[in-house]
Amino acid sequence: MGKYLLKRLLTVIPVFLGITMLVYFMSSLAPGSPIELLMADPFATAADIEKKRHELGLDQPVAVQYLLWLKELLRGNFGISYRTYGSVLELVSSRIGPTLILTGFTTLLSLCVAIPLGTVAAYKPYSLWDYASSGLSFAGAATPNFFAAMLLIYLFSIRLGLLPTGGMYDTSGVHTWGMLLRHLIMPALVLSIQQVGSFIRHMRGSMIEVLNEDYIRTARAKGLWENAVLIRHGLRNALIPILTQIGMNIPFLIGGAVVTEQIFGWPGLGSLMVTSIQARDYPVIMGITVFVSLAVLLGNIVVDVLYTFLDPRIRYD
Amino acid sequence: MSPAAAPIPGAVTKERKRSYWHDVFKRFSRHKLAMAGLAVIALELVLVLALHLDPYSMNTDSGFGAPPSAAHPLGTDEVGRDVFARIVYGGRTSLFVGLVSALVSLAIGVPLGLLAGYYKGVPGVMVMRLADIFMSVPSMILVLVLVSMIGPSIQSVTIVIGVMGWPQFARQLYGSVLAVREKDYVQAAVAIGEKSWRIILKYILPNAFAPVIITFTFSIASAILQESSLSFLGMGVQLPQASWGNIMYAAQSITVLSQRPWLWVPPGLALLITVLSINFFGDGLRDALDPKTKL
Repeated sequence: MGKYLLKRLLTVIPVFLGITMLVYFMSSLAPGSPIELLMADPFATAADIEKKRHELGLDQPVAVQYLLWLKELLRGNFGISYRTYGSVLELVSSRIGPTLILTGFTTLLSLCVAIPLGTVAAYKPYSLWDYASSGLSFAGAATPNFFAAMLLIYLFSIRLGLLPTGGMYDTSGVHTWGMLLRHLIMPALVLSIQQVGSFIRHMRGSMIEVLNEDYIRTARAKGLWENAVLIRHGLRNALIPILTQIGMNIPFLIGGAVVTEQIFGWPGLGSLMVTSIQARDYPVIMGITVFVSLAVLLGNIVVDVLYTFLDPRIRYD
Repeated sequence: MSPAAAPIPGAVTKERKRSYWHDVFKRFSRHKLAMAGLAVIALELVLVLALHLDPYSMNTDSGFGAPPSAAHPLGTDEVGRDVFARIVYGGRTSLFVGLVSALVSLAIGVPLGLLAGYYKGVPGVMVMRLADIFMSVPSMILVLVLVSMIGPSIQSVTIVIGVMGWPQFARQLYGSVLAVREKDYVQAAVAIGEKSWRIILKYILPNAFAPVIITFTFSIASAILQESSLSFLGMGVQLPQASWGNIMYAAQSITVLSQRPWLWVPPGLALLITVLSINFFGDGLRDALDPKTKL
């Protein structure tokens, strides 16, 4: 196990370098330079601009710039935002919490819908429930999340006046759980609509497989109450593969969070990404890339390790 | 009818007619949702390619932001353009981007997957690790960064989405090639000294291609969704060119959202119906191409 973990952690390094290199080199190809945005001052002379360029290290070859950036990163220095002049590390880490709340709640919501629906669909395949849940997963996967967001805002905020259109808390300065939940429900629903389909499909598939196992037949043969068969023997085993699905969904979830956070003004990494791209704030773009790719890579390792605890049949040697 | 084509009496003809593709077609035509999906896509293609509307034809009676009327079936937008015409033109863009990016992904992913699967060893590992790198980053974030760096336009959106989509094809094909290359007919070809590229093109590719068609279908749908998200953020297809996503980008104000639903509901529905139809089509295709599905 320890050896496996070490091997997995070592594979993170080349993948991480690959991702950051790709983003860094692509950003340097951009036609516009951050200098033009920084030096919007009409009285700036060519010498001033050259001086600034030198200060920021932008006069060096891209490969050198990347290595310098990497060296600073290893020391824990993420650089300074071109837009706010604040520390990138502080800016990015202040946005991690909201994104975690949003994506975590979304996953929970999706599981609450997908587990019962997938189980029923597997228990009675080709029944009305099965068709309804497969219809739901097809429709969910085909709905662009911004369209779902606009429909929800139209219905719940404009027509019914029940939920706020955006933000994380209102402007009163008081932060309560209830308020957070009211702001969270629509963005989480939007992200969940997109995700729930794949959960339902995998839940159904995994449950059908489990229900054909010998131990289910044994449980029934000893005269166990059907619900106990389904939940204690069936569901508990069928849930394990869903864990992999959660891990594999992390990149899509974060991708979806970009659009969703932007629409709902949710103060997470996604909306920061959009703002930073618009302002060509390269240090922040790189900072977010680092965080997101590390989160995805480590998230997948955590899922694989959890797997061995939940399913003793699986061993990594 | 020539005498040669006349049906030979007996069961032999009946048996011979049941080729693989004949069965595929039969299985597919039984899949009602897939047939419906195909019909919708065909209708959309005809509409989008055949209709020549003038999106700027302004009717002074209806003016700006006018609700649906006989002259403008979906009303007009903030600058007086006919929304229906914008959606038809937007559909042209969205379908074009979807199809071409899927082709780009296929053009990169298929050769890489073939080589990785056929040569296994070091090239195989390298290609598959590279695929892992691409698949472990949220592609939305990479696409967003890359498109905005290159400069958003139909071309850049299409190419970036296409390039980012190659691992799906490479992985899919890698798996099938690994299975096919152990088959006796491939071993036989190796034994008689056939050249590698001929083996790959003549024996492996045709026998590993069915899953690629399915991946291709789903990748069109996902490219359409990605393009629309980018355009909705204002970082994809740029105005005045229309795409379903950027029609909705222009409709983000709360006034439009609450009082002029004809500006944002139709393009949203167009997207939903298109992606749904393509996915149904792909689902039917998956069942139809699988010889194990019963007839």
